[in-house]
Amino acid sequence: MKAFLPSLTRRRFMQGAAAIGALSLAPRPMRRALAAPLRTPVLSGTEFQLEIGPVPMKVTGRHITATGINGQIPAPILRWREGDTVTLAVTNRLSEPSSIHWHGVRTPAPMDGVPGLSFRGIPPGETFVYRFPVHQSGTYWYHSNSGFQEQTGVYGPIVIEPKIGYAQRFDRDYVVMLSDWTDESPDAIVSNLKFQSDYYNYGQRTLGTFIEDAQRKGLSQTVADRLEWGKMRMSPTDILDVSGSTYTYLINGQPPGANWTALFRPGERVRLRFINGSSMSIFDVRIEGLPMTVIQADGNDVMPVTADEFRISVAETYDVIVQPTADRAYTIFAQAEDRTGYARGTLAPRAGMAAAIPPMDPRPMRTMTDMGMGGMEHGEMPGMELSPEGKRLEGKVGVDNVAMMPTERLQRAGEGFPSGRCVLTYADLRAKRPGQDPRPPSREITLHLTGNMERFLWGFDGKKFSEAEPIVLQRDERVRFVLINDSMMEHPIHLHGLWSELENGHGEYRPYKHTINVKPGERLSYLVTADEPGRWAYHCHLLYHMETGMFREVRVV
Amino acid sequence: MSAFRNFWFTVALFAIATGAAAQTSAVPPAPGLEPGAMQPVMDQGIYAHAIFNQLEGRWNGSNTEFRWDGQGWVGTDYDKLWIKSEDTVSQGAVDDGQQQFLYSRAITTYFDLQGGLRSDIDSRPTRNWAAFGIQGLAPYFFDLEVTGFVSDEGRLAAKLEASYDVLLTQRLILQPQIELNLYSKADPARLVGAGFSDIDTGLRLRYEIDRKFAPYIGAVYQGKFGQTANFARQAGESTGDFRFVFGIRAWF
Repeated sequence: MKAFLPSLTRRRFMQGAAAIGALSLAPRPMRRALAAPLRTPVLSGTEFQLEIGPVPMKVTGRHITATGINGQIPAPILRWREGDTVTLAVTNRLSEPSSIHWHGVRTPAPMDGVPGLSFRGIPPGETFVYRFPVHQSGTYWYHSNSGFQEQTGVYGPIVIEPKIGYAQRFDRDYVVMLSDWTDESPDAIVSNLKFQSDYYNYGQRTLGTFIEDAQRKGLSQTVADRLEWGKMRMSPTDILDVSGSTYTYLINGQPPGANWTALFRPGERVRLRFINGSSMSIFDVRIEGLPMTVIQADGNDVMPVTADEFRISVAETYDVIVQPTADRAYTIFAQAEDRTGYARGTLAPRAGMAAAIPPMDPRPMRTMTDMGMGGMEHGEMPGMELSPEGKRLEGKVGVDNVAMMPTERLQRAGEGFPSGRCVLTYADLRAKRPGQDPRPPSREITLHLTGNMERFLWGFDGKKFSEAEPIVLQRDERVRFVLINDSMMEHPIHLHGLWSELENGHGEYRPYKHTINVKPGERLSYLVTADEPGRWAYHCHLLYHMETGMFREVRVV
Repeated sequence: MSAFRNFWFTVALFAIATGAAAQTSAVPPAPGLEPGAMQPVMDQGIYAHAIFNQLEGRWNGSNTEFRWDGQGWVGTDYDKLWIKSEDTVSQGAVDDGQQQFLYSRAITTYFDLQGGLRSDIDSRPTRNWAAFGIQGLAPYFFDLEVTGFVSDEGRLAAKLEASYDVLLTQRLILQPQIELNLYSKADPARLVGAGFSDIDTGLRLRYEIDRKFAPYIGAVYQGKFGQTANFARQAGESTGDFRFVFGIRAWF
């Protein structure tokens, strides 16, 4: 069952095998710095035994006891085949309850792995046997849904081979799992944020940026801008709540210095399966000098679309194909959205090669569009009024802003990209097949994504999970979810158990997603067919947003 | 003697901060969950923190006073218990000692309503007050505390505290701060006159070695007004004192 995958007929499925060669050439300090084993094992078949337990890690130089699966961070790649029924015996060797959720995989509700909704969790020392048929293919991942274990290492990739074979031709196949590592305990992080929500933000406006802005835009406009943000008690520099000041960003468990490497022969088509397994980090991914053809999003095939870069929110996956023709190394560069650090790996024809690491792009700033002002300045909004729903939310403890004019911006990648770079947008995603449910929605459910940055609490419609009732859907009902992001942070919203079909202008060819990133001040919608009964988690996948309240139960009855 | 009491008060502040830092509460089941089932998320956790905004020496060229001004809380997003403590120790005597025990409830996005007790405990006669106020973040990022007091002898008092952080760099921060006190009746035994009694205002430049630990230097002015100034003069004390300060801002 446990095997390092041999080469497949035409393609090879690998996980940084080349990096071992690279390591022997690495200078000694770098070798010592390597924390996790370089090769993430692949487990394939239909029967799996997984053990969640303590794992020693050394990423920054400090010895930390993290949590992993089968002694690995990331956990082993699980390789399934569409049409099989898989059995996974998960044993908890931690001293606290644990669980595994199969992210994006459509299972019966009792197999979904959310303590308190699908089951009671896995107590210490006990084993829970998951068993479910696999009716889909693509790139997914799995992670703990208990406490902060996802932050401390309980996450790993899932690759499901399609029954009818791949629609795309490729010669090599690599998983590129991005994550964020910290030596701090997650409890300390959330406690710090509760006391000082900008604790990890060292990119704030200062006297220095005031002088720069005044020279560029003039003094009066700079003062007016500072006053406008100050009046709202908001900072346009809030990009990611937890930053590179505590995080080290990893590719397949390797910090940038370890240079995780994937091999190719010039001219080969290389499939890279990007998974964002971070707790709090959104990445902008590019490969310098190599355009990427995006072929799959969240496990579902899309019409191939070529881009220089894509933004991958927490819990999303993108599969791309690249075809490097030159006999040289290419840097896989995944910079955090707030530009406080990056994950880095290399595509190379031979082990031990490296290409230049590009400088990080300028740090983005929030705008009035992100505040739901529709791109208008305050002064230009005569007669604008909040909706009755907005008025009801405004001023509540859990709500620090209500978007007055939320805008749909699916055709925009977000802020922070230099002009001239071709960046993937949600509007570019066109499903390869038409949707399976042609019915129009029978009703709409509108939810505001709300938060109080200062108090660091998050929710839907101003309510934390503990204050809210479940959202009830009738079995096989077709509904439209409309999300309005009132807050100034991105929220990757994940609905368990059911597909979210993003309404992005492609008619019947809506992309099926499991996680939909909603930009600040954005309004978007997606369709859901409630074809699997049970109690499902529905939440922001930023771990500390979820744990501080941005979570609901969706109950299909 | 009272300095000794206040020392223990400060120890209690520390104990709350460190002891309860990572506790989570026993949460009642959320709607829709069977009794005994686990919670999918723990959004009602109890947190605890304490901060010394001022922990400093104040030097006026001839003598040094020692002063602290700190507060700590334990609680949830909505409900918290607070301790606030301030004291000035100069030449063996404790002056301007105020300790407050408050319960607070989050009532708006940025403000908490607070109510509880204040005890003036120092080298002068002790006074006890009921306290009622608000604390939070005002527009333009001013940290604001406004509290009203009623004493057991029927006196009224009010206190306003405000501060603002000016980021010179990401770690070098200039903080103007002001504290104003107002009393309805004179209390000669505590050298407090009716009306605006005193101001304590300062400008501190701190360097955040990390978020929780920042040494600082600065300057403060302590001024007394009206009847309070008269009492001070009669007692041979100064009515306006400009001092250099050096200290540590720390939180836990």
